[in-house]
Amino acid sequence: MINWWKALAIILLLYTVIAGFLIGVPRLAILNETIRNLYFHVPMWFTMILLFLLSTIQSIKNLGNGSMEADRKAIEYVNTGIIFGVLGTITGSIWAQYTWGAWWTNDVKLNGSAITMLIYLAYIILRNSMEDEQKRARISAVYNIFAFVMLIVFIGILPRMTDSLHPGNGGNPGFDTYALDNNMKLVFYPAVIGWILLGLWIASIRLRISKIKENIES
Amino acid sequence: MKIVLSVVFMLISLIGFSQEIEMADQMRAEGKIYIVVAILCVILIGLFAYLISIDKKVSKLEKEIKE
Repeated sequence: MINWWKALAIILLLYTVIAGFLIGVPRLAILNETIRNLYFHVPMWFTMILLFLLSTIQSIKNLGNGSMEADRKAIEYVNTGIIFGVLGTITGSIWAQYTWGAWWTNDVKLNGSAITMLIYLAYIILRNSMEDEQKRARISAVYNIFAFVMLIVFIGILPRMTDSLHPGNGGNPGFDTYALDNNMKLVFYPAVIGWILLGLWIASIRLRISKIKENIES
Repeated sequence: MKIVLSVVFMLISLIGFSQEIEMADQMRAEGKIYIVVAILCVILIGLFAYLISIDKKVSKLEKEIKE
């Protein structure tokens, strides 16, 4: 089933690639043309965080009414979010090598996001390690809520309290204060929406497959 | 005189050739960035087509299970 929002995802992402490379960007030292990575690297993280948030909401729902569907949704949102997190890490690493001079630095945001990814990988392992369905749903839901709290701490709070190479953290000004000019906003916001819709699309397919599996098993 | 004229004509024709000749220069301008955009569009469209086909396959499975 192709909904309007899936078509919108396609249009926005094609627009992101075309406008993202052809529309002018501010000329900044060191960054040079790599500033265009903003349209691709940053939305990976936004998409991951949104998918993890949706997963957390499903976990809370599961704890509230014991819904097994909420449990299935929670794991599929995390499975999809991890993909975007991995892509965000790899793209960030390449970008770092050519602007900060190293594949990996001890930047708080880098280590924070790495720890967050490990926490979520542990969630998947924890969930797969239990046989009893009710128990599995309950324990992994509690862990999942804890994981999202840790995400907020490691990605949202800690990088803002110390110095970070990332713009908008510590003493560094954000992109929007000097670099994200109106031209860039014209591409950046549609890019974020497009990548998020793509993430939701992939998650929805995973969800439907897991529902079919559930139907076959029962 | 003939030789001089022929040389002059040759020069004129050479100049004519070396003048602005319409080529698809736009596609090679600005460091060939348009080629990168074209390739990325092809990859994106290919992946979207694949995603749509997976989507449709899942829809088919859902229908089969309902029946």
